[in-house]
Amino acid sequence: MYLSNLHLESFRNYQSLAINCSRGINCFVGKNGSGKTNLLDAIHYLSMTKGSLNSVDSQNIRKGDPLFFIKGEWKAAKKGAGKGEQVQVAFQPGQKKLIKVNQKEYEKLADHIGRFPVVLIAPNDTDLIREGSEGRRKFFDSIISQLDASYLENLMVYHHYLKQRNSLMKQYGETRRLDKTLLAVYDEHLMKSGQLIFDSRRGFTEKFEALFSPRYQWLSGGAEQTKVVYVSELSDASWKENFKKAIDKDMALQRTTFGIHRDDFEFLLEEEPVKKFGSQGQQKSFVIALKLAQFDITSQVKGFAPILLLDDIFDKLDDDRIKKLMELVGEDDFGQLFVTDARPERTMTLFKGLKKDKKLFKVEEGKVEEIEF
Amino acid sequence: MEFPSKLIEEAVEQFSQFPGIGKKTALRLVLYLLKQEKEQTTSFTEALNNLRQKIRYCVECHNISDTEVCSICTSHRRDRSLICVVEDIHDVLAIENTSQYNGLYHVLGGIISPMNGVGPDELNIQTLVDRIAGKDGEVQEVILALSATMEGDTTSFYITRKVSDKGVKVSTIARGIPFGGELEYTDEITLGRSILTRVNYDLPAS
Repeated sequence: MYLSNLHLESFRNYQSLAINCSRGINCFVGKNGSGKTNLLDAIHYLSMTKGSLNSVDSQNIRKGDPLFFIKGEWKAAKKGAGKGEQVQVAFQPGQKKLIKVNQKEYEKLADHIGRFPVVLIAPNDTDLIREGSEGRRKFFDSIISQLDASYLENLMVYHHYLKQRNSLMKQYGETRRLDKTLLAVYDEHLMKSGQLIFDSRRGFTEKFEALFSPRYQWLSGGAEQTKVVYVSELSDASWKENFKKAIDKDMALQRTTFGIHRDDFEFLLEEEPVKKFGSQGQQKSFVIALKLAQFDITSQVKGFAPILLLDDIFDKLDDDRIKKLMELVGEDDFGQLFVTDARPERTMTLFKGLKKDKKLFKVEEGKVEEIEF
Repeated sequence: MEFPSKLIEEAVEQFSQFPGIGKKTALRLVLYLLKQEKEQTTSFTEALNNLRQKIRYCVECHNISDTEVCSICTSHRRDRSLICVVEDIHDVLAIENTSQYNGLYHVLGGIISPMNGVGPDELNIQTLVDRIAGKDGEVQEVILALSATMEGDTTSFYITRKVSDKGVKVSTIARGIPFGGELEYTDEITLGRSILTRVNYDLPAS
């Protein structure tokens, strides 16, 4: 499956745009602020029902316009293998976001996730290593959800009951009264869906690591040992007792202080946290290898390669690692690539030698023009 | 919307407070009333006034009633060993319309959701427990007929725990494929549950 064309109306800095994409490599070049990343973001929207830059839909509407609209058409990679699929996303403030595939609307947005997978590598990805556990949970949740629909369902159920239980704790704070039976009901719900999420995360981390370690070594050209460790309060065999014991703390802090919503994933390099001891270069390799492992595992489960979006990452990488990435992109079973770069010459040199179908687009102030390679 | 008359504006304002009624529909209703005989409006407002002032809720089951105890609770033809627990008065009407149920009801008046400020104390749950305990074993089965949502599940779970030591059977309405529905169009969760909670297929007695 590849994205054969992209059509935008009033999305970010684009008034109206339609481009035909290459089934292989698509390069967007142009000055900073011209709107290159917005094009990748539109593709992200079609895949994930939301943007990667700004999660507030209304702020993705072009200034002064009433709504935005994104449409893309996916075609089968092999000729004649199934018909194309048209995906569209429309949003108007005050109304529900509309996602349609082949003109048919979804009952639940969640049903869309995973049908047209993408993997995005962007400059701020190292936040994944440096920032708090929430980003890491989101990263893994997003991958697992794309591969396993029941995981997303469990996650939504868990967070719903968590919110209810936290409200109960807040009410206790105000009234000093707590309905123990109701608390027990929520505990029961949280333990059940928490266990399912724990099992999925643990199982997934193992599979993920098997793909991640070779990717890191391949990318960095070294033999350093890496590890992705899933850290959860539920790893303890007696976690259910610990959960129940936490009630005093929960009541004091008026929220739930135990559970899978506090899980973390530790990234280790030679047994040390890469967050603290990794060099800048090691951190960059680590985070790109994480994304490539996401790419690998998605290909494996789906049976086809997801679209790869590379947002302005050449500046941040040395020649060796860029060469590695080009190797990957050049592979026969690699899918479709969208890449942005502020330096046209560099992109042209990098991709010129690759024997693949490719297109080069010049992006300028919300206008996109196809130019010769 | 601009109105030529303050009186119309006020009436539209009142009508548009109803669920499902916007300003345009409200205006249509107001203009319709003005076209009818004056008496019609008088009897309309009288009916509403009476409704508001005389309506009562059954002290037993909290269903809407003209008397202290409602007609279902006082009926001799109803099976008093069954209590069907529902969220709202709507649900009583829906189940009555099926003509398949001949027991009593208990209207909770909502569903547990601390997020929306509704706890067990805001609902008629304690009166249900008292009702079961107070009738010396008359009540034998409690049927939970609540929405198939997370809040519905929570409420069912809660009530089951509350009545677990009262020696009554607790059941919940079956969930599954709608009558006349086709399998392939049934959502996955419903279909999955239907498979898990499948029932024996009995040959009709000939």
